[in-house]
Amino acid sequence: MIAFLIQRLLQGAAVVAAMSLIVFIGVYAIGDPVEILINPDADQATREAVTQMLGLDQPLWVQYWRFVQAALQGDLGTSFVFNIPAGELILERMPATLELAVTATLMAILIGIPLGLIAGLDQERWYAKSILAGSILGFSLPTFWVGLILILTFGVWLNWLPVFGRGETVSVFGIEWSFLTLDGLAHLVLPATNLALFKIALFIRLTRAGVREVLPQDFIRYANAMGIHPARVVSRHVLKNIMIPLVTVIGIEFGSVVAFAVVTESIFNWPGMGKLIIESINRLDRPVIVAYLMVIVVMFVIINVVVDLLYAVLDPRVRLGGSNR
Amino acid sequence: MSDTAFIAPPRRAVRLRALAAFGAAFAESPAALAGALVFVALVLAAVFAPLIAPQNPYDLAKLSILDARLPPGSVAMSGYTHILGTDGLGRDLFSAILYGLRISLMVGALSAFVALIIGTVLGLTAAYVGGRIDSAIMRLVDLQMSFPAILIALILLAILGRGADKTMIALIAVQWAYYARTVRASALVEREREYIEAAQGLRLGHVRILMRHLLPNCIAPLLVVVTVQMAHAITLEATLSFLGVGLPETQPSLGLLIANGYQYMLGGSYWISIYPGVALLIVMVAINLMGDRLRDLFNPALKR
Repeated sequence: MIAFLIQRLLQGAAVVAAMSLIVFIGVYAIGDPVEILINPDADQATREAVTQMLGLDQPLWVQYWRFVQAALQGDLGTSFVFNIPAGELILERMPATLELAVTATLMAILIGIPLGLIAGLDQERWYAKSILAGSILGFSLPTFWVGLILILTFGVWLNWLPVFGRGETVSVFGIEWSFLTLDGLAHLVLPATNLALFKIALFIRLTRAGVREVLPQDFIRYANAMGIHPARVVSRHVLKNIMIPLVTVIGIEFGSVVAFAVVTESIFNWPGMGKLIIESINRLDRPVIVAYLMVIVVMFVIINVVVDLLYAVLDPRVRLGGSNR
Repeated sequence: MSDTAFIAPPRRAVRLRALAAFGAAFAESPAALAGALVFVALVLAAVFAPLIAPQNPYDLAKLSILDARLPPGSVAMSGYTHILGTDGLGRDLFSAILYGLRISLMVGALSAFVALIIGTVLGLTAAYVGGRIDSAIMRLVDLQMSFPAILIALILLAILGRGADKTMIALIAVQWAYYARTVRASALVEREREYIEAAQGLRLGHVRILMRHLLPNCIAPLLVVVTVQMAHAITLEATLSFLGVGLPETQPSLGLLIANGYQYMLGGSYWISIYPGVALLIVMVAINLMGDRLRDLFNPALKR
């Protein structure tokens, strides 16, 4: 188990190192941030001073080496635009994104899996068919357009829910959270729904496919023949068997939810990391772009390791790092 | 030529019959048939947009700011009725959507096609050659697929900048791995079959075996991936354009039309954003309905 963990963490570190090189070289090969940062009328001396201050006069490999050294000490560079450490800027925005992503993932699990179960168990009924048809719609609707429709319907026409920002927040351990206040919760509803919709459709389909696969198997027939209550067959025999692929997908999809938060945050003006990265791309704020990508890559590596561990817990047949490999 | 013409008919007839049988099986699902018909209609509308559209939306001389933001069905200064209204510049929305559809479909189809070729070549090579080349290609596939498409596209567009060609590069980069993985999986199975052994025994060239023998037998599962990926590419392009990092303003795809309408939406001019979105939605539903049917047809577990 520990050997497996160490192996996976080493692999993860290799991915992080590779991505840092790709991202750094790619991002630092583009444009000239000095042009954007200083007054176009500035003289050559000022220009050179700024270039030197940002370290942009050094060869690329020197810049990269400096970046790696600093990054290992937790310093991801200073934002050209905000003039505060990029890592700090990202961390400051991260709780908002995580709050949104966790809420959306929970919604997807709590709505998608039960609907998928129904669609799989009563396949021929009209409601099962309409759930399945609905999931095609959920797949087809572009996230950003659904966001606009939600704003238009619930924000403009019905005027039920706020559509702008996080609302009132409460500070717990020095971090601001929206979901602890009523106003904050109201602000969370629409963006989270928007972000969850695609995943709800996905979980419906996965759960349904899993149910269809498990139902014809012998142990289900046996359980039914023994007269076990259908509800118990579903919860103990069906659900437990489809949980394994589902957990993997939920883990991977959580990462994708964080990435897709870029879209939802931009539409609902949610002050998270996603909105920050779009603004930073438009302003060529390289340190923030690199810092965001590094944070995301680390997050993905961690998620993948956690998913692997959960997999072993759920499925006793998987023996991590054992001799049978 | 004359003797090939003599041999060809039976072969062509066999192929035609197979195609007809496939078409009949596909059409057994009314939803899939409807999806296919709508999709063909949309493609035709996009191809012939300059002939159908009542106005050339790029001709700025024809636009009048006095006609701006007319609700659907209003009559313009020129006496023309705008069925879907006009946008913020007084552009006929129906025409703008037709031209936008053209760009969206073109970018989606072109990037899916290039990604298909790159992915197929890499996947076939990986399966046929095996060994170190196989594991190198598959490592790359794994790396690409472990990150969400939108993230990779954002990184690339942050590096490359905005533009139609750059957006397409980003779309190709996020798609090729799916083709490569699918082709490799089916090619690995097919490689072990007798006909490949026979072809190798006849000392046919590797390229010939790959293209004439292995590839045709790996195409069916690819068809499913193509439909799914094309739908993905179209949504992703719309999303990137909406965020302002995809296509330039001069080539307004459906995503950009929606983005442009966003600023007027809170003021009550909802149609500028909504109708391009509905067009996008119809495209997606049509493609997904076809894809669903194809997946069912090619899934051996569901074969009757």
